[in-house]
Amino acid sequence: MNPYDEFAVEQSLLHKTAHPGSTVTVIRVGQSRNTEILRTALAMGADSGILVETSDLIDSYMTALAIKAAIKKSEKNPDIIFTGKQAIDSDCLQVPQLLAQMLNLPSVTMVVDVVKIKDPLVVKREIEGGSCEIYSYDDPVVIACNKGLNTPRYASLPGIMKAKRKSLQVYSLEELKIDESHRKVRSFDFQLPPEKPPGKLFDCTDESTMATHVKTVASLLRHEAKII
Amino acid sequence: MAKILILAETNGRRLKTVCLEILSHIDESHQRDILIFGDLSQSLSEELARYGANQIICLKSDALKYYSPEGHAEVMSNYIKEYNYDYIFSGSTALGKDLLPRVSGLLQAGMISEVTEFHLKDEVFTGVRPLFSGKCLTKVQFEGSPPYFVTVRSNAMGLSKNPVPGPGTVVDVPVKINNLRLVVQEIVRGTSQKLDLTEAHIIISGGRALKSAQNFKILEDLADVLNASVGASRAAVDAGFAPHAMQVGQTGKTVAPSLYIACGISGAIQHLAGMRTSHVIVAINTDPEAPIFSKADYGIIGDLFKIVPLLTEEFKTLLN
Repeated sequence: MNPYDEFAVEQSLLHKTAHPGSTVTVIRVGQSRNTEILRTALAMGADSGILVETSDLIDSYMTALAIKAAIKKSEKNPDIIFTGKQAIDSDCLQVPQLLAQMLNLPSVTMVVDVVKIKDPLVVKREIEGGSCEIYSYDDPVVIACNKGLNTPRYASLPGIMKAKRKSLQVYSLEELKIDESHRKVRSFDFQLPPEKPPGKLFDCTDESTMATHVKTVASLLRHEAKII
Repeated sequence: MAKILILAETNGRRLKTVCLEILSHIDESHQRDILIFGDLSQSLSEELARYGANQIICLKSDALKYYSPEGHAEVMSNYIKEYNYDYIFSGSTALGKDLLPRVSGLLQAGMISEVTEFHLKDEVFTGVRPLFSGKCLTKVQFEGSPPYFVTVRSNAMGLSKNPVPGPGTVVDVPVKINNLRLVVQEIVRGTSQKLDLTEAHIIISGGRALKSAQNFKILEDLADVLNASVGASRAAVDAGFAPHAMQVGQTGKTVAPSLYIACGISGAIQHLAGMRTSHVIVAINTDPEAPIFSKADYGIIGDLFKIVPLLTEEFKTLLN
């Protein structure tokens, strides 16, 4: 599971505990063979799962549309939606905000702390230079989770056994009426990043030459790399 | 000619460099306008003009004083719609990353995140962006009709050497916000006076080998001399030597400074993911087999506790 999604699953379970009577549904958009990820979330304690099957790489816009459509079709009316702040393959950081916009909900991204879990929910969003913004809100909202928010639990053995019997709904993109006409971004020409030529290496394990080598590196940074 | 709008941000009394980078990499055959929330000082609008700004649009409302993802998205999308912009750019900053997807969602438009290179040829945008934590690069283009949204990684392209200046006409636009549900209540300021890692030109980073939070002081000393910011590896953050805000790597920040000095960092793939687009990399490590050396332009095998203070002294002399 994407590490940011683990924070989201954990936060949803903490939220469930703080709001007795709640249920947690996990949604995944991806290839059908990857149901283990949903089973892991169910084993951690989520109540049911939805898989939207895709065969190909789809863009952020189509992913957000698919989640929205799956939420509508399953008639889940979530009081709160937790997501990871970004995927770690495409690293786009778009789906939480797009989904919020499509569902006409407010959103808070890069959430590093839940200061208060209810009445109202108070969260901290990391901005720049170690600063944080604080938001408080009590109505449906999308929360995109960042590292530091919590420590995701491990699935227990009974949890893993129970997860096998929990409901897992599967939708295809066609069923949700999403196709290539919704695509906004095309990726092509995948390449490995250019190999860096080997750098210059200085052995400073010997104290007698250390000072000379350090001088040389400082001088190279100034005269060769022209940075300092 | 494409109509282009670039979201600019200030950080205290200066402009975030990434908006100037974007501006200077789009040629003068296009209309290059700047969008700012709030006011802009005269010296900063002159700086934008030097890099080619045509109009500088200042959206103004008391309601924009505190950030609201929905409110800011609403006024920005209204402006884009009214004036039919083709491309909207922003730096991949905390604001840009949060706001642009919402605006693109409002306009049902496509967005490309965090390109490290781009060009506009015959009004067609092609960008390059890393995938799988930088293990792979891909070219990206838009499908369908404009507007199109793009965020650009800070420091990745640098400033163009010969920007063509523009008039830089400041236009104040009073705006109204209808939809305000969730607004920032309070901002907790970080203690560091230094530039954020994502913006810094030089970063000195420390790993687990630093052994304690106190020992980061030797990196701070070097950073003070070079006017650099200090980062940390995940191992150092998890060990409690540094806060998460300082973490560089897959679950931390992605940076592209001119110079990255990795001190006592072995160079796990997750760390490389966050700093491999740095322009020059210096690695200091006692282990000659550390993977970081394969990415380093200059590698120093040795004890960082001896080498870093020597480097600090050396740069002090050089810079005086």
